Amino acid sequence: MDAVGGEVSAAMLLAQIRKERRDAQARSFVLDVSIEVSPGITILFGASGAGKSTLLDCIAGLVRPDDGQITVGTDVLFDSARGIDLPASKRRVAYVFQTLALFPHLNSEENVAYGLTALRGKEKQDRVEAILKAFRVEKLRKQKPGEISGGERQRIALARSLVAEPRVLLLDEPLTGLDAELKSAIVDDLRAWNAAKGIPVLYVTHSREEVDALGERVIALDNGCVASAGAPMDVLNAPRRKKLAQAAGFENLLPAAVLDLREADGVMRVRLQESTCEIEVPLGYATAGSRVRVAIRAGDILLATERPHGLSARNVIEGRILSLEQRGTKVIARVDCGIAFVVHITPGAVRALDLATGRKVWLVVKTNSCHLVD
Amino acid sequence: MEALWLSTKLAASVMVILLAIGMPVAYWLAYSSWRGKFLVESVVALPLVLPPTVLGFYALVAMGPRGPLGKLWIALFGHGLAFTFGGLILASVLYSFPFAVQPLIVSFEGVDRRLLDASAVLGAGSVRTFLRVILPLSLPGVITAAVLSFAHTLGEFGVVLMVGGNLAGVTRTVSIDIYDHVQSLEYGEANRMALVLLVISFAVLSVVYAVNRRVWMPWAAK
Repeated sequence: MDAVGGEVSAAMLLAQIRKERRDAQARSFVLDVSIEVSPGITILFGASGAGKSTLLDCIAGLVRPDDGQITVGTDVLFDSARGIDLPASKRRVAYVFQTLALFPHLNSEENVAYGLTALRGKEKQDRVEAILKAFRVEKLRKQKPGEISGGERQRIALARSLVAEPRVLLLDEPLTGLDAELKSAIVDDLRAWNAAKGIPVLYVTHSREEVDALGERVIALDNGCVASAGAPMDVLNAPRRKKLAQAAGFENLLPAAVLDLREADGVMRVRLQESTCEIEVPLGYATAGSRVRVAIRAGDILLATERPHGLSARNVIEGRILSLEQRGTKVIARVDCGIAFVVHITPGAVRALDLATGRKVWLVVKTNSCHLVD
Repeated sequence: MEALWLSTKLAASVMVILLAIGMPVAYWLAYSSWRGKFLVESVVALPLVLPPTVLGFYALVAMGPRGPLGKLWIALFGHGLAFTFGGLILASVLYSFPFAVQPLIVSFEGVDRRLLDASAVLGAGSVRTFLRVILPLSLPGVITAAVLSFAHTLGEFGVVLMVGGNLAGVTRTVSIDIYDHVQSLEYGEANRMALVLLVISFAVLSVVYAVNRRVWMPWAAK
């Protein structure tokens, strides 16, 4: 690797990637994205499992995409059509992992110098010294990762990844577990460093707070696809608008008010309007107190005649059957839970559960069956 | 004492050779994702379950003047391989192979994959990653492998007898020597040598367990 500095061109990162993965249960997950990352910090935002880490692994060269191209400026890192696949060690793409992956047997200085294979002696020493200073960890040079604090480890990891002047920096939730103040101090140092270098930085987070603090541009990833991209305000509002058109197929479209956001769990609680009914829905781009609409398909709701226990579904709502109406092979049940729900069930279920108008029932709705609509 | 010196020389040679061959084999077994890997694993572990006489028998046949290895050896060096010190080393390497390779595999597999990824994105090729990350973090496994292959070779009997016979100064190792003394009812002599082996074996195993038990790596402590 040519780690000797000189001119670093501020080139844009383009990645067009398709990658299918299977999890332990052999369920398939498809990442299919096309992104542009210009110099400066771009946030990659999305719930866990949206494909953020897979995307970074593909760009870094640790995972081979099934199809696509990855380029930085005019340099091609990967191109399935032309059979180009630069190994990770030749890409000059810096990557700070969520676990940081500092080498436990090397001290800070040795960790930072690890990627400087092309430099020797004083030149190498000076470069290490400079970056340790830039990230304010020059006092820790002889300490091993096990002997320093979390925030210090994060600074060392940043210094290590940047010392060899990479073309691109990938950060996979590198600042989780730090308090806001420490976080913004580290981010300021990163910004200061990148002001001179101007490389594309792709910063993964699922925290809304970090999007607000860092965001120049945001790419929102949802279930393997780019949901939206642009300035934070546009992106944060876009998915809801976009989903309005899709909401036509949802039988339940319920106005609600946001009670609180639980970012760590990727959910928020909302109260359905004109009722006391509270449900948990996937984290959306909303703040506490704001008004949203929740869309739920009638076929996604389970109906029980006793209060169910031991379920993974987070929403169990008590109600009473208002009406049952058979239409072809399905029965449309209207259930009053303070607000009326439409539930689709089969005629067999009606007979088996002995359902009738006025009967007390419980509705079961998975968090992920609740869709936010603007 | 000649026998003890011979045994030590044999064990040391085998240890060095096994570390040199064992590391690439263990590296491959630890990191390859080839489907047929289990076959190689079985072959590597074979000496664990085979009676030494079976292994020794086939080694002897292969090394004999009509065996493939023996022919090759004669062509190269002008003398046979069976009943020589070289033949002894070769057979012992085969016999102690799993004792070197298994601890290496276990410790290589124990290295956090993300550290290998980190090394790669920092520009290191697989050789540098191995030397700077995998090897230092696998040090206890390397020590275990070295000590076990040394000790296992030192105490070996069946294979040595089959391949080496009992030539004083050439193939008469400690264990053969002990057997010899017992056969001639020289129990005092036999006891002296047996005691030496017992003490060495105990010392060696103590080192292995100490290495594995003690928090050898200061960075592991948080």
